[in-house]
Amino acid sequence: MPGSKRGDAFWAGLALPGVVWLGLFFLLPLYVIVCVALGTVDPIFQTPRPEWNPLAWDTGAFEFVLESVFTSGAAFQTVFVRTFFYVLIATALSLLVAYPVAYFVARYGGRWKGLLLAGLVAPFFISYLMRMLAWINLLQDDGWVNDVLLWIGILDAPRAWLDGRASSVILGLVYGYVPFMILPLYAFLDRIDRSLLEAARDLGASPFQAFRLVTLPLSMPAILAGIVIIALPMFGDYYTPNLLSGSPQTSMIGNEIYLYIKGGQQIPVGAALVVVLMVFLMVLMGYYIVSTARAQRRLRG
Amino acid sequence: MRRLRDWWSNPWGKPRFLVLFTALYLVWSIVPILIAIRFSFNEGRSRSTAQGWSLRWYSGDPDLSVLHDPALSTALLQSMRLAAIAVLVTVPLGVALAVGLTRWRGRGAGTSRAISLATLVTPEIVMGTALFLVFVHLLTFIPLGTVAQAVGHITFSLVFVVIIVRGRLIAIGPEYEEAARDLGASPLQALRLALVPMLVPAIVASAIVVFAISMDDFVISQFLSSGTATDTVPVRIYSTGRTAPTPAVNALATLALAFTLVVAVVGYLLWRAVRAARGGTGSGMQEFATLDAEPLR
Repeated sequence: MPGSKRGDAFWAGLALPGVVWLGLFFLLPLYVIVCVALGTVDPIFQTPRPEWNPLAWDTGAFEFVLESVFTSGAAFQTVFVRTFFYVLIATALSLLVAYPVAYFVARYGGRWKGLLLAGLVAPFFISYLMRMLAWINLLQDDGWVNDVLLWIGILDAPRAWLDGRASSVILGLVYGYVPFMILPLYAFLDRIDRSLLEAARDLGASPFQAFRLVTLPLSMPAILAGIVIIALPMFGDYYTPNLLSGSPQTSMIGNEIYLYIKGGQQIPVGAALVVVLMVFLMVLMGYYIVSTARAQRRLRG
Repeated sequence: MRRLRDWWSNPWGKPRFLVLFTALYLVWSIVPILIAIRFSFNEGRSRSTAQGWSLRWYSGDPDLSVLHDPALSTALLQSMRLAAIAVLVTVPLGVALAVGLTRWRGRGAGTSRAISLATLVTPEIVMGTALFLVFVHLLTFIPLGTVAQAVGHITFSLVFVVIIVRGRLIAIGPEYEEAARDLGASPLQALRLALVPMLVPAIVASAIVVFAISMDDFVISQFLSSGTATDTVPVRIYSTGRTAPTPAVNALATLALAFTLVVAVVGYLLWRAVRAARGGTGSGMQEFATLDAEPLR
């Protein structure tokens, strides 16, 4: 077709402003992080001096970060390990909450589906910070959580929930991120062909066996996607631990990055931490892509 | 009571454990917010116990209410301003990018698609640090503050427009614009007369999503803020959430929530109307709730 080549240039031209925007405000800034991490610090003002030339990169900040990450008991390793376990536990709990809810709405929503979905979408329009504020109100020493627990008799004295407790931080993470996992799970579970389940039942499977042998394997890609969707932002979270605990005993990688970047001192160390975090997340993403491909292959073969 | 007992013991009904579980989940997710809203109407200074009803922290108090404390009212205005800018810039930019990336087959198309999807999996703290450092060290003609924050919101939300519009484009297929081209339309005419009218529901939906992302955004707004004057509502909640002596911060959060919900509901009704006019069928809420599930397919 004679016009097709000219047409392609038209479509490329249409994409151009967006591509230029992402180059300028996404790729270039990522390069600047690397240049700051591998740059030097002004000896007098302590401001970072980014090194734009890769041949002159100074690996001092990186060595400092990597040494602390790979020495057992060192500060950054403690924080990395803690972050990993917080994210692991919070993601697992989120899945335990999200899957049954998504499954129920997808399979049994019936005429209530619209209303149920509105309830699931609502948290998207309530700012994350307001949802944390709500828990700060509830978890105060004289807050309603303590009131209820004292009244039932679970507690003898009010507990300081906001005073450096890992459990408060993890439950805050679950509360904050679980809505982002439910909707993609729902979207996927809703598309599972019901006739497959009927076939399984016809062939003699119990309802539980039908779930375990048909629904669960079919929803594996969605479970993996849901895990990635909430685990990635959790690894960069610093506001949840800060608001619900504020203690260095519960600080995550995000807290360290925030302290180094916005605290003003040793910005290259903060930038190096960001690069280390990004590399770690890229490894996770690589694992995700491989396991999704494997899950899909298993479904076909 | 008897009906409840019958429902519980009916073996053919919906799985009772799941009904209860979902109900409890919804209560757990919504009730804390309602309680936070209730405290914003407190007459006293407590943010953890109910103390009567008043509008003191909205407008009544001469110094500490949202209306009279400039630190609180500017935050609300800054959030609204940024959301408006984000919607006005991101939607046209993202629609053009989505159409271009979906139809463009030549060299560079694959890379461009990969770059726009990469923003989706980049944690906000990475993007916030990156933009903060680029504005301080390289693009110094953009000072920290409103413009920098707007750039951040646009960059962060662009990919969601691409996902929503791309999903719609794939559903439409290339036939309509090919027919328009066969009938003698230029690519621009085919786009304007055949494609864009069919994309209207997706455009409205992406405007709502960009608006919600911008109102909710905290990390980028904080990293790129130049000080109290450009703090948004979430940034203000963050800096005073633990230490605030009065429920005025609850009142601020409630006002931001009310504004977001009103815009979202109006946007949703508009979206449902244009969708129906374009022949959309089935449950509106169903389609709306799964708009950005496209990358899973």
